[in-house]
Amino acid sequence: MTLLKVDSVARRFGGLTAVDGIDLVLEEGGLVSVIGPNGAGKTTLFNMIAGQDHPNAGRIVLDGHDVTGEPPERLAGRGIARTFQHGRVFANLTVLDNVLIGAHTRLHATRLRVPVVGAFSELALALIRPPAIPRQEAALREEARAIIARFGERLLPRLDHPAHSLSYANRRRVEIARALMLRPRLLLLDEPTAGMNQTETAEMLDLIRTLKESGLSILLIEHKLDLVMQLSDRVMVMDDGRKIAEGPPATVRNDPGVIAAYLGSSAVGGATPVPALAS
Amino acid sequence: MNLSALASWQDHTINGLIIGNIYALLAVGLALIFGVSHLINFAHGSVYLVGAYLGWACATYLHTPLPVTILIVVIGCGALGMLIERVGLRPLAGSARIAPLLATIGISFVLDQLVQLSAGADPRAVPNDLPDWRISVGNGTIGPLDLLIAAIGLASAAALFAFLRYTKLGWAVRATAQDRDAALQMGVDANRVNATVFAIASALGGVSGLLVGMYYNHIDPGMSFQATLKGVVAQVIGGMGNIPGAVAGSLLLGLIESWGVALFGSSYRNLFAFVLLLAILVLRPEGLFARRRSVPPEPLTGTFIAPSRPLRIPRIAVTAGVALLALLPLAFPAPYLLQTLTSSWLYALLALSLTLIAGTTGQVSLGHAGLLAIGAYASALLALDAGWPVALSILTAGFITAALGTGLALPAFRLRGHYVSIATLGMGEIVGLVILNWESLTRGPIGVSGIPPLEFMGFPLDDVKPTYWVTLGLMVALALLQSRLLGSHLGRTLRAVREDDVAARASGIGLGRAKSIAFLFGGFVAGISGAVTAHLYSYINFETFTSQISVLALTMVILGGMGNVIGAILGAVVLVGLPELFRATAEYRVLIYGIVLLLLIRFRPQGLLGTV
Repeated sequence: MTLLKVDSVARRFGGLTAVDGIDLVLEEGGLVSVIGPNGAGKTTLFNMIAGQDHPNAGRIVLDGHDVTGEPPERLAGRGIARTFQHGRVFANLTVLDNVLIGAHTRLHATRLRVPVVGAFSELALALIRPPAIPRQEAALREEARAIIARFGERLLPRLDHPAHSLSYANRRRVEIARALMLRPRLLLLDEPTAGMNQTETAEMLDLIRTLKESGLSILLIEHKLDLVMQLSDRVMVMDDGRKIAEGPPATVRNDPGVIAAYLGSSAVGGATPVPALAS
Repeated sequence: MNLSALASWQDHTINGLIIGNIYALLAVGLALIFGVSHLINFAHGSVYLVGAYLGWACATYLHTPLPVTILIVVIGCGALGMLIERVGLRPLAGSARIAPLLATIGISFVLDQLVQLSAGADPRAVPNDLPDWRISVGNGTIGPLDLLIAAIGLASAAALFAFLRYTKLGWAVRATAQDRDAALQMGVDANRVNATVFAIASALGGVSGLLVGMYYNHIDPGMSFQATLKGVVAQVIGGMGNIPGAVAGSLLLGLIESWGVALFGSSYRNLFAFVLLLAILVLRPEGLFARRRSVPPEPLTGTFIAPSRPLRIPRIAVTAGVALLALLPLAFPAPYLLQTLTSSWLYALLALSLTLIAGTTGQVSLGHAGLLAIGAYASALLALDAGWPVALSILTAGFITAALGTGLALPAFRLRGHYVSIATLGMGEIVGLVILNWESLTRGPIGVSGIPPLEFMGFPLDDVKPTYWVTLGLMVALALLQSRLLGSHLGRTLRAVREDDVAARASGIGLGRAKSIAFLFGGFVAGISGAVTAHLYSYINFETFTSQISVLALTMVILGGMGNVIGAILGAVVLVGLPELFRATAEYRVLIYGIVLLLLIRFRPQGLLGTV
């Protein structure tokens, strides 16, 4: 069954077209990777899917609903969770609190979405705290610990440390844990292994594979092609805002246009020379 | 509506353009500074004040001719500008983004008070030796001072243009404004650029002050803050950091004010400015003349508030402290001590409100005095005009403040960072101006007198000790409630909004809802503080709760540690108590506040107890 359908979506910034009519389909439980040189428009595409940015043209359909232009908080409520390219943790919050924020949409207290009444009831529930509220809080803490435990000993000893004291790689892990805490239907990972060494990258690969095996649908932006080729059901290659190839990893790997985009041979496919990417 | 006044619309137009020209000298300086350092210089009005008084002193005591006076003002204020850059900006490179803004507020307190201490609080007349003739233009007239102001405006604009266009340093300024990092990389000396920009901006600001003094033949120490506000409004209209926009925005502001005053009367003058400010911030935050809507830059995470580890105070110590404070009146019944502490508890309520909104939620409000005013007027009028019991009036005033405060802050919910501070500052001013002008409800400039004293179910509570206990009790109760809120999921949610609103939204947090909850609770607490104050003072007017109080509350919050409940109370006790300890007069008190704010930002930005 199709979970996400991106239908000729475009985004222009002034004179620059960052994303130029991209189509993309993600099946339930599938993993599609988006690769391409820096500046190809991958993150802009993610931003539009998760609601941080809105397309100038085209549609985004999640689960049969047209969700184009919906704000990110509503899309989070629909089960879209993401991580950010440069890492966005809440610096002064502890690791545990960072992860707990991920459960925001599932809290009893936030469930009432009526404009003014919702705010009042949320405030009242926080102050009065009927038994269900602390019970849920305790359960969520357990769940958050369990999610953090998936990263082994990397984060567990640091549950009460503020996120600003963490290493770069650990901040990425916190972000992923926070995204998982949302119990997402669709997970968007934007360069999850950036700044990680080989061992750490291998751990991340294992984690993503486990997530995929548990049935989670994943969109992945990644420069480490090894990882992409091992994990992906399909790979989409973007260059200069356009899709230049799509298909199973093995096919894409040998596509002349892709090689041109990565290695910068201007003779093939008319692509402009781009520096090769780390892989 | 005074339609006959429109007959002389040409006079009002000329007047508006002249005033606009003066605003332009201010706004261009602010725009230059914002361009290179992304800082709203709240000390700009103080430089303008210094310029006015420097000119006045020269003309009065040294009898300098006007060109010499102007030259002295240019040099004096230019030097002052460089000093501000050296003290307020340079040492704070790399600290939280709010730090330099607060530093300039501290500097403005210090400068304003120094002027007031050396020249006195009374208004002064600025002598001017210009000839006394006027030319008729249509229905209006133009005098030599008008021409001089226009000429100085045009000449400075031309000189500035030439400087930015044709000199190497001017290029460096423009390069720094466009891309600071790239400019640094190319060997531009950022400190030199900043110092130059502050010198030019301050020289223009000082001349503006002198001209205003001559134009109205009146200067007083209170003109500083209004000037900063007008300059900021003009700049927001034109687009922050946009120099031609600042000139156009200033002229537009001058015209709108002048026409508005002609139609509605002079007490509405500032209302136009601030309503315009809010309208622009809500509808076109990038300014009227921005070439295109630019995408907001991706902020770094958690840079607005300095990272720190809060100091944990054991519960037993807090309980013991509260018990000691409750028993204090029995052990030391000195009225002076108890009154000072009562005042501290009322300020602590304000600081609690602000530490939730600015500290926990990251919406640095500079208009909190407006919330006090709403609470005070609501309770006073309910008790006086509706005959409600005092206790019920106070409680209801809390709810009214929560509702009105949240409603007023609503336009600021879409804004970020410094823009929130500007918008809330405007809202605080608007509250005062509405109180001043809505005579049928608020009694206008006369104020409300004969407000009934504190009582509960017929028991009078207006003696020193009962008042102390009531205020302490209210403060402790609301502090506990706020701690409970912070300990729930809401505390986490609000802090997430402060740390990174993009990531918070991606996790499903609706910013509008989170911010309204902060303002609802904070508005209630501030409203209670204002209401109790009204019943203690028995007389309030539109000037009882000035924006100085807003800044004082912010200083308390920073002193205690942003978002820190016990810190806010500690900050209030220290800042209310400290000046009492030295028996300082009002002027020295503000001077102390300014210096404390400056020292804190420089040496302990996380406050005494740390950010929570």
